[in-house]
Amino acid sequence: MPADIALPASAPLSARPPRRRARRVTTEPGWFRAALIATVLTLLALLLFLPLWEVFSQALSEGFGAAVASLGNPDARHAILLTLLTALVAVPMNAAFGIAAAWMIAKFDFRGKAFLITLIDLPFSVSPVVAGLCLTLLFGSGSALGAFMIAHGMQVVFAVPGIILATMFVTFPFVARELIPVMQEQGRAEEEAALTLGASGWRTFRTVTLPNIRWALLYGVLLCNARAMGEFGAVAVISGKIRGETITMPLMIEMSYNEYLTVAAFTMAALLASLGLVMLTAKTLLEWRFADQLAARHRH
Amino acid sequence: MNIEIEELAKEFGATTALMPVSLSIPSGALVSLLGPSGSGKTTLLRVLGGLEFPTSGRVLFDGQDATGLSVQERRAGFVFQHYALFRHMTVFENIAYGLRARPRRSRPTEAEIDRRVHKLLAMIQLPDIARRYPAQLSGGQRQRVALARALAIEPRMLLLDEPFGALDARVRRELRGGLRTIHDQTGLTTIFVTHDQEEAMELSDLVVVMSMGRIEQVGAPREIRARPATRFVAEFIDA
Ligand SMILES: Nc1ncnc2c1ncn2[C@@H]1O[C@H](COP(=O)(O)OP(=O)(O)O)[C@@H](O)[C@H]1O
Ligand SMILES: [Mg+2]
Repeated sequence: MPADIALPASAPLSARPPRRRARRVTTEPGWFRAALIATVLTLLALLLFLPLWEVFSQALSEGFGAAVASLGNPDARHAILLTLLTALVAVPMNAAFGIAAAWMIAKFDFRGKAFLITLIDLPFSVSPVVAGLCLTLLFGSGSALGAFMIAHGMQVVFAVPGIILATMFVTFPFVARELIPVMQEQGRAEEEAALTLGASGWRTFRTVTLPNIRWALLYGVLLCNARAMGEFGAVAVISGKIRGETITMPLMIEMSYNEYLTVAAFTMAALLASLGLVMLTAKTLLEWRFADQLAARHRH
Repeated sequence: MNIEIEELAKEFGATTALMPVSLSIPSGALVSLLGPSGSGKTTLLRVLGGLEFPTSGRVLFDGQDATGLSVQERRAGFVFQHYALFRHMTVFENIAYGLRARPRRSRPTEAEIDRRVHKLLAMIQLPDIARRYPAQLSGGQRQRVALARALAIEPRMLLLDEPFGALDARVRRELRGGLRTIHDQTGLTTIFVTHDQEEAMELSDLVVVMSMGRIEQVGAPREIRARPATRFVAEFIDA
């Protein structure tokens, strides 16, 4: 039965009754709702827009040229590249680990599952500074592992690998945390269906599992990336803050600020904030572009 | 294809889902597994489809041991309880999935895939829904698409887990007739799970009554009605 028969324009649409201002089920008075909305908007303005505005206006306080020039400084350029490199390595790794962990937790029953979930959350509950300190001790020359690695030419602490490692540790939960509930909700039936239809495990993962989690994955990756680029505490400890070598954007911001280099500090801060805003915009655009698909999937 | 089940048992940790059960299913039969919830029907069906491996016992397909065959090698057309349609694919892509998953040398051409999918859509009497997504279908339509998707791989047998369980009474009756027709057209050995004795009696050639992981009785509907083997069977078909 074809469902899309065009109805003549004059036909009464029984599915859509004439619009009427019906009494709402929720009975809060109008003034209350207005007050609530006003409060939320005020808070948003105070907590989000004003600080962001301040960052940009401070960065541009001595003109656009001065701001751009501050980024041309070799140390600044190195910090930007290091932050991008860190995110470029840490985010894909955490995406892969996150998918694997979420997949195991959501689709299989095994002993120690509750423990694994707790373990994934660990970086959320441990202060990043403590995490950085632990990693420094573990890979520093004082420990057997650290000494062994240094002897074989692998410098982790006060070097780029340490920064990446600390960033990975701190941002580990983001992808897994986004994926676990989605995967649990979806269950295993679709994957099993693919297998019965003759698909290999890898094909099933590629054509069924992955497309089903892509929005959660995207969201997790964006969060993970924002945090990876912004991480301060753990990186500050393990990096040793060597100028031009192990200074990332957040560390650079702090150093410049402490040295009263206002324009340099705020320009870097504005750039870091912009990177985050670009990510947010990208996500919004994607959601808007694929709105149909999203709606179709949620109507389930 | 005839199916021989020999002393098949399945345990999940401490729970015994299937006691050792034996059953012989003649080629081309339409068989129902009937029993209350938790009696092991789904487990038996999943073991046959290769989605679950038995703790002990054997399964023979046409006399050949199939116990160790992987789920892909079984080529069982499986219809899941809630259909498990791929929600991000159109109906067309759902039905074509099994054909596209074949190794390159046996994969049909695009034109052939197109032809086969449309033939299956005609068979389930939904010729116009190829471009819709599962979320845009009614329960009955989803069930029929799931059936078409299972048939697309040219299965050796058809396994259906409570195929009418989630549908209202009128659609249920309509689709029962549809399953019978498709079974008769394809001649496939078909096993479906149900907890509705009326459905089992009306639709199947052979009813397998199960309870608590055991097979209580196997027989034609008429036979089971006339001579229930145990008190459980007598009470269950009366209910
Ligand atoms: N994956 C599983 N893990 C643990 N127990 C299971 C699992 N699958 C089924 N069971 C148990 O096996 C028994 C039979 O279940 P099932 O085959 O689903 O019955 P039915 O389909 O007849 O309702 C039930 O007691 C159920 O709890
Ligand atoms: Mg069941």
